[in-house]
Amino acid sequence: MAVAVDNLNNKPTQPVSSTLRFAFGNVLAFVILLLIGVLAFSIRLFSVIKYESVIHEFDPYFNYRVTQFLTKNGIYDFWNWFDDRTWYPLGRVIGGTVYPGLTLTAGTIWKVLQSLNIPLSVETVCVFTAPVFSAFASWAAYLLTKEVKGTGAGLTAAVLLAMVPSYISRSVAGSYDNEAVAIFALIFTFYLYVKTLNTGSLFYATLNSIAYFYMVCSWGGYTFIINLIPMHVLLCIVTGRYSSRLYIAYAPLVVLGTLLAALVPVVGFNAVMTSEHFASFLVFIVIHVVALAYYIKGILSPKMFKVAATLVVSVGLVVCCAVVAVLVAVVASSPTKGWSGRSLSLLDPTYASKYIPIIASVSEHQPPTWPSYFMDLNVLAFLVPAGIIACFSPLSDASSFVILYLVMSVYFSGVMVRLMLVLAPAACIMSGIALSEAFDVFTRSIKYYITNLSESLQIDAGDTVPGNNAAPQIDVLKNDKKEDSLKERPSRKNKKKEKEIEKPSVKSKTEKKPLVLPVEASFFALFLTVLLGGFYVVHSVWAAAEAYSAPSIVLTSHSHDGLHVFDDFREAYAWLSHNTEVDDKVASWWDYGYQTTAMANRTVIVDNNTWNNTHIATVGTAMSSPEKAAWEIFNSLDVKYVLVVFGGLVGYPSDDINKFLWMVRIGGGVFPHIKEPDYLRDGQYRIDSQATPTMLNSLMYKLSYFRFVETDGGKGYDRVRRTEIGKKHFKLTRFEEVFTTHHWMVRIYKVKPQKNRIRGKTKKSKSKTSSATPRSGTIKKNPWH
Amino acid sequence: MGKSTKDDAQALFHSLRSAYYSDTPTNLKIIDLYVVFAVSTALIQVVYMAIVGSFPFNSFLSGVLSCVGTAVLAVCLRIQVNKENKEFKDLPPERAFADFVLCNLVLHLVIMNFLG
Repeated sequence: MAVAVDNLNNKPTQPVSSTLRFAFGNVLAFVILLLIGVLAFSIRLFSVIKYESVIHEFDPYFNYRVTQFLTKNGIYDFWNWFDDRTWYPLGRVIGGTVYPGLTLTAGTIWKVLQSLNIPLSVETVCVFTAPVFSAFASWAAYLLTKEVKGTGAGLTAAVLLAMVPSYISRSVAGSYDNEAVAIFALIFTFYLYVKTLNTGSLFYATLNSIAYFYMVCSWGGYTFIINLIPMHVLLCIVTGRYSSRLYIAYAPLVVLGTLLAALVPVVGFNAVMTSEHFASFLVFIVIHVVALAYYIKGILSPKMFKVAATLVVSVGLVVCCAVVAVLVAVVASSPTKGWSGRSLSLLDPTYASKYIPIIASVSEHQPPTWPSYFMDLNVLAFLVPAGIIACFSPLSDASSFVILYLVMSVYFSGVMVRLMLVLAPAACIMSGIALSEAFDVFTRSIKYYITNLSESLQIDAGDTVPGNNAAPQIDVLKNDKKEDSLKERPSRKNKKKEKEIEKPSVKSKTEKKPLVLPVEASFFALFLTVLLGGFYVVHSVWAAAEAYSAPSIVLTSHSHDGLHVFDDFREAYAWLSHNTEVDDKVASWWDYGYQTTAMANRTVIVDNNTWNNTHIATVGTAMSSPEKAAWEIFNSLDVKYVLVVFGGLVGYPSDDINKFLWMVRIGGGVFPHIKEPDYLRDGQYRIDSQATPTMLNSLMYKLSYFRFVETDGGKGYDRVRRTEIGKKHFKLTRFEEVFTTHHWMVRIYKVKPQKNRIRGKTKKSKSKTSSATPRSGTIKKNPWH
Repeated sequence: MGKSTKDDAQALFHSLRSAYYSDTPTNLKIIDLYVVFAVSTALIQVVYMAIVGSFPFNSFLSGVLSCVGTAVLAVCLRIQVNKENKEFKDLPPERAFADFVLCNLVLHLVIMNFLG
């Protein structure tokens, strides 16, 4: 980036070669963009190199399964698919509840490649979709920033976005999730909106609506767009920047965008009925009123316009109050005021923990910590304020839009760590603008110094006093005291400097005073800025390689005797798919639902979609109950196998015992007989000998620690909780262990069928041979010990 | 006080009317007529829905939004074709009309898909 700007500025200024210079600049920009695309693609390949080309995490497995179905059965079956292998016995309407953008994109790519006789498997296409679209996203960021500030800023923003760790974390090769294509769609939609705003062309407005449609297909975060753009329009109107280009940019988008959003089955009529979209309609009405006002102002004389204004205000106020009253009554009649649970938890961060424990329990819905800002954005975190200042000079519609986008995304990223992803493009754009402006100042100073030097040398050649003209100039510049303050924040300090100093123009031929710095300062600052970029690159590559490339389905650990690979999850799913019947139902906590259906191909009770809280609470209650009650719940759901994840032998911290309190909370939210304090001793969650009897009797405890003492000779030391377990020797009466993986990470149990003969209790039946009281003479055996 | 506002309202009405009828060129008046037609069609549809009920809601939505959409697009066309608009003085009116047709095509394609 520095090279490009330098070359463009240091070419000799002859009018003949200016076209050559432009051509050279364009070709250079194109080559740089190509290299940025390659960089964005390659930096995301670490997990493929370190592990293998495999789909990561949990959600991507569902998307992968849906893509497999699409490629095998075609699009009509995909739209009408009712999946009966999940959420047993309810099933799930896949066609109507999934955002189809990602699967349709990958399916199309696969189809196109097949037709070209390039036989890539569906899995390969799915794994590499995210890196390809991150390259597209960098190019879209270039286009957007070019509309705001120019080509140099665009290239800088593109290269920053290609490497920003926050975006890498959700788009590595193998992370086949909605954000992979959604971030590209987001930036591209914003680019087209800004382009329409700048040019006023209806063609770009149409393209904007189509890009918005692609965004709605891809991700639930499209509500961010449909609220941000009206907010920007309102901001422009309020600050007096209304123009007819604003109308052309906004009004067709609302109409066409609402229609296109209603076309997607997931959104459907929500596009006109939920509060998330009301802002766009409100601003639609406002912009028409404003447009009408400006039109009438244009055709009337000023006196008449005053009369019209008073008339309209008096009448309009009454009408407005009536309409607002009606609207408030309609909205207030719904308990959530028309907002969905997830949107409400964004607006009020404490909402989810009070009312919807499921949303609060997802780890990516927690607020981020301060270090995560530096981990995910690094250098950009303090370049962003510099960018905001750069956007204000001069303030245009496009730069006000980028500022608003940044401010909104900073707020939402503070609510949910997953939304740091939306902040990343804004931060990159702002930092790109800041860095580009800084480079402009430095290189301008250097070029000014060089041209002054050459001019003064020419004057000296005809002058008898050598070097006298050059020296005072440099001395004058040097007297401005700035050498000491060039430490860690060169760009920010230099921006302040450039506003303070105005070089006294010794040569009167320059009417405009150029804002330049002393040349030594600018060389040093240039070096420091390049160093800053170097730090950023090093951190991004480290983050991509070490922090964000774990597929979390395969775990590794380094020990003194080499590398250990823990492939227990796939081992368990493979066992399930080979040793159970096709129609067997598997119960586990909802985290593993998608993986079980995708890899083991068995019907599950609950999965990661978490759309039915009561069903999840049923499974949670079963896990928290004693064996008999749990067995009855599972029997009512036709469950054959129960799967638990246990990390106590190897020290895997995300196992079911650590998630157990969430099971209790969610179960207790629906079934009041499960009370969280029953499982805590003095408010502390323990599983050792001080644990409460309810905890020690719960199914989760028993299934996790059954025969655990056999692993370390009787002690039963849990490596994650770092204590010995409380109840060490016990038998299971209603469940039977069928499989435990190599490192005891996944344990599968079979639900025993109902006994033919119930010991100790004779049934009270209609026939006469039974005794009068069932309990006479026999000791009722406690089945739990 | 009441009389003066009534006089003012009448004077306002007259000046608006004269400014519109005399100063506006014919092609803009045609576009305005089209906008009025589209909006009134939308209003008729809303009244019909209020009487009959909104059962095929997608049909109602697509009908109303198609009227509103063509009205909005016609207003955009009027903005771009209006010779008094200095921002668009180097945009040829044929290009504006072509954009208008393209946007209408996309709009009606979506409408026909959504109509049900």
